[in-house]
Amino acid sequence: MTEPNGIPRDEIILEAKGIEKIFPGVHALNKVDFTLKRGEIHSLMGENGAGKSTLIKCLTGVYGTDGGVIKFNGREIHPESPLHAMSIGISSVYQEVNLCPNISVAENIFAGRQPMKGPFVDWKTLEERAGKALERFDVNVDVRRSLDSYPIAIQQMVAIARALDISAQVLILDEPTSSLDKQEVAKLFDIVRKLRGEGMGIIFITHFLDQVYQISDRITVLRNGELVGTYKTGELPKIGLVTKMVGKDFDDLANVSRVRNESPHDVMIALEEVSAYQSVENVSLELRRGEVLGFAGLLGSGRTEVANLMFGIEHNNSGVIKLKGSAVRLASPKDAILRRIAFCPEDRKRDGVIGELSVRENIILAFQARLGIFRFKSLRQQYELADKYIKLLGIATPDADKKVSDLSGGNQQKVILARWLATEPEVMLLDEPTRGIDVGAKAEIMKLTLDLCRDGMAIAFISSELDEIVRISNRVVVMRDRAKIGEIDEDEGLDQENILKAIAGGMAV
Amino acid sequence: MNGRRRFSVDLKYIPALSAIILFFAAYAIGGILYGDRGFLTTRTFATLFTDNAYLGVSAVGMTLVIISGGIDLSVGSVAALTTMMLAYFTEVLHWNSALMLCVVLLTGALLGFLMGLLIDVFDVPPFISTLIGMFLARGLCFIISIQSITINDPLLRSLGKWRIKLPTAARAAAYINLSVFTFIAILIAGIVIMQFTRFGRGIYAFGGGRASAKLMGLPTRRIQVGIYAFNGFCSAVAGILFSFYTFSGYGRHLYGMEMDVISSVVIGGTLLTGGVGYPIGSLFGIMIYSVILKFISFNGSLSSWWTKIAVGVLLLFFIVMQRVTVVLANRKKRIQKQEAR
Amino acid sequence: MNGLIRKLTSSKLFSALMALLVILIFNVFLNRGFLSITVVDGHLFGQLIDILNRSVPVMILATGMTLVIATGGTDLSCGALLALAGALSISLIRGSSTIVNEYSAIPFPLVITITLAVTTLCGLWNGFLVARLGIQPIVATLIFMTAGRGIAQLITGARNLTTNYAPYSVIGQGWLMMLPVPIFIAAAVLLVVWYFTRRTAFGLFVEAVGVNASAARYSGINSSMILMIVYSISGLCAGVAGLIYASGIMCADANNAGLNYELDAILATVLGGTSMMGGRFYLGGSVIGALIIMALTKSIYAFDVAPESALVVKAFVVVVVVLIQSPFFKNWRDTVKNRRAAVGGGEVR
Repeated sequence: MTEPNGIPRDEIILEAKGIEKIFPGVHALNKVDFTLKRGEIHSLMGENGAGKSTLIKCLTGVYGTDGGVIKFNGREIHPESPLHAMSIGISSVYQEVNLCPNISVAENIFAGRQPMKGPFVDWKTLEERAGKALERFDVNVDVRRSLDSYPIAIQQMVAIARALDISAQVLILDEPTSSLDKQEVAKLFDIVRKLRGEGMGIIFITHFLDQVYQISDRITVLRNGELVGTYKTGELPKIGLVTKMVGKDFDDLANVSRVRNESPHDVMIALEEVSAYQSVENVSLELRRGEVLGFAGLLGSGRTEVANLMFGIEHNNSGVIKLKGSAVRLASPKDAILRRIAFCPEDRKRDGVIGELSVRENIILAFQARLGIFRFKSLRQQYELADKYIKLLGIATPDADKKVSDLSGGNQQKVILARWLATEPEVMLLDEPTRGIDVGAKAEIMKLTLDLCRDGMAIAFISSELDEIVRISNRVVVMRDRAKIGEIDEDEGLDQENILKAIAGGMAV
Repeated sequence: MNGRRRFSVDLKYIPALSAIILFFAAYAIGGILYGDRGFLTTRTFATLFTDNAYLGVSAVGMTLVIISGGIDLSVGSVAALTTMMLAYFTEVLHWNSALMLCVVLLTGALLGFLMGLLIDVFDVPPFISTLIGMFLARGLCFIISIQSITINDPLLRSLGKWRIKLPTAARAAAYINLSVFTFIAILIAGIVIMQFTRFGRGIYAFGGGRASAKLMGLPTRRIQVGIYAFNGFCSAVAGILFSFYTFSGYGRHLYGMEMDVISSVVIGGTLLTGGVGYPIGSLFGIMIYSVILKFISFNGSLSSWWTKIAVGVLLLFFIVMQRVTVVLANRKKRIQKQEAR
Repeated sequence: MNGLIRKLTSSKLFSALMALLVILIFNVFLNRGFLSITVVDGHLFGQLIDILNRSVPVMILATGMTLVIATGGTDLSCGALLALAGALSISLIRGSSTIVNEYSAIPFPLVITITLAVTTLCGLWNGFLVARLGIQPIVATLIFMTAGRGIAQLITGARNLTTNYAPYSVIGQGWLMMLPVPIFIAAAVLLVVWYFTRRTAFGLFVEAVGVNASAARYSGINSSMILMIVYSISGLCAGVAGLIYASGIMCADANNAGLNYELDAILATVLGGTSMMGGRFYLGGSVIGALIIMALTKSIYAFDVAPESALVVKAFVVVVVVLIQSPFFKNWRDTVKNRRAAVGGGEVR
């Protein structure tokens, strides 16, 4: 079969058969098969630890395989390194932009294979070709400036331009959208579709289910290092996909719904016309005991900044922050902790877990920080506390001395929650607590949030997933462009549509 | 837009530029204070180069190392080992001195190569690996001989004494010698490598992000090992130039040279965090160091330990300035990011 | 029993302890009198005591350095601060006296207090540059490494100041309960630092900052205060070591006192199992590291060669220990273990 533009469809470019990969103690890939056709976008799905990244790393030569065959255009290949894989025709773009921020855009595209004039780099050709490579994506930037002078979305385009520069036939996009906003994602998808039109095979990995359905032609699901199956996107409904990823019929989220708020509760934190330099403008809101206050808005809309203000990480230069009715100045996170405020930060890896330390040490850290250096809890007390929360939150760890970096994402998130619960907070600020963790853990964390709410805690819940916000919030603050543009109460039609309307409503058309 | 772009480029060059400005300022002040004693003569200017050419050679190599995000503590010891090998093998064992020049250069590169392997293959931090190299080279000096050996070899003597007179009107004649030419040659090599070869551009990328460079498919092992081998080679060259200067080989030569070199490179605008720096900046770093020495020798009443205090103060000044530059650049980026929204 | 052995061998201290043991055994064969300890005038003498005594300055520096390295930093200035402490204390004792004196110009406790306060302040300055201005530790401490000796020379007027003030000599040359006084000082410093880090939350906070400073801040730890305390401790340790060093020779040698000791201290720390990337730290390991360095030097002296030749052997021993600890070998061991498990039909998750 041939498409109108002369590109043969259904022709297999990349075929992996019976791929095996063994790590210490883990059978990371167990006889996995995978095929990629020319001109298709193929989503690779699975929970954390399902083996997606491992498979990709085997295909691109980051790891060697412990068994199985990789064929490219029918010929068996043995990629030895990312560079080697690229020279074969398999390019990859990773989650975090893996380019060098200090060198120019042009160099980032061509590093390691700069056009040469004799023994020297031919700068003129280099810059011309870089400009052309980016024009293909309608990106017009000065290629001589260093990469870090551009926003992350442009950097992503540069990464793709780099991946495509040598006549790549297979492009692997590993979580490319996690740091992009909606328009940037749309732009990226335009490019990806264009590349598909040119006959390229594209492997797409993401946590966002919507995006999978938006763009992919086929879906391959992995679970625990084994292949579950490969499906045409149209023939696999969302719920079916989740079921296959999780491995059992599962709609835990269905049981999650907000705690009804009967009587008015005391206001715990109030922001009154708070502005902070380069952060948020003129935000007023109230967070009450026994309620979940959702924060909706796009990435960069100011929702994280509001949480930062309430936790003393950023500081307001006008307006007042009131705690239980009296104005406070939160100079540092420690100030906030002393006032019984807790905060699960958005970037778990960067600001949350302390990977090298044990589960116990991670759990007691904030509590101990509140006590100070000299009121040291004895080891026995530390174990008691840690064990209590390991049990309470169902943290899957053999013991409290396990290094926290050895745990899965969901369990790491629970350790952070435990760290905050140990400080016995009255206010809990949760910034994207469900990001990057598997579906089962998501439901558990949301249930826990509701339990805390029932116990009378005041909770701020920030999430990109509107579905989650709608399920558990009593009220939702909608943010856009660093300002609060609205608030929707549970009695005033709190649903996804209304939130989207609110976000879109203020937009200039 | 255009105006802003010029500003952003400036920011990157500020540390190196201010080193250049500082050098000329210091030189001018010297002229005002000691002009009557011949501070501004061509002769004095030439000695800025001739006296410290060996440091300059080493600084070029060190610049590459620091741009890559590493550090090399072994340079002084490797240079000392070079002087010792050169002296011992030509004077005591009567080996051919031309051959020995090649041997010591290879030895330097080999030592660097081994340290590079230790760093890259075994993930030993550069600080520790080159510390090992420092111990090894210094110890080898004393295994060869514990005495200072005078170099009388005719070839080495004539190479060391060779110099050309500069056309100058002043009464004191000015000369430049082989050391200066070697320094200039190495400096040009350094500039060309960093600006125009894949290896050099790879060093910048490597210094900007090691993991990224690896995922981008750059030959990081070849780059990292190559850097240390090149620096080992530079140390050997520095050692040869130093033995031309003193005509002796001795295990106690050049104690602490690594810190002079590292300080000069930092003053010359290379960021110890890696990724940013220029060999030409290090030239001026060395020149500033030379001018400080000149100040002290012209003053006569200042003792040599003022050099250390002056270098310390300059380091402080430059480091704080570099830090401010970085902070400014970040703030600018943040503003841009928000404008982009 | 098996578990105990595994726990022992996997301990960070194990490879360092083994290295020390090998060197000591080697020494026993090398020279006859190595283990013998004699009593002369009620004082214990012997090579083991000598190794212990001589390693004291590096051991004390390494104690402070261990905390600094645990935060992911390095303190290059401690050798220079050691020299500064010696210079300062002796010039305080000498006062304006132009001849070698046998009395102190100002009360002796004041001499010690001022000296330690000054080096602690220098350390605090390092900490300020690192914590508040965000300057890389190697760079920030490079300033005092360079300027410190200059200042020391400024104080002594670039002369090797000597003194005969008897109480001062006790610090570095005195005896207590048959043992040299420096050993007790080192033990006291260690005990205090150990207590401060392991019997308060300070150690935990240091490790948290060393692994992930940002997360530590979000958890309510005042990272910059922790850093400033750590660098101040390192400065204080350098001061104590400087007093012992200068008292041992009763002379302030600004040029050569503690030359390259900062490198030995870093080495001792790394040999002791503390990673230069920061995180977990092992005070006991650093002590063993300092002993390894001194024992090595000592065993070289047994041969009739230049003392500096010891550096070659030092280089080799360090290579071996560092390689054993390197991720490369750890991976290799894991792979071997893994293969074995796989061959034996090891469990699959």
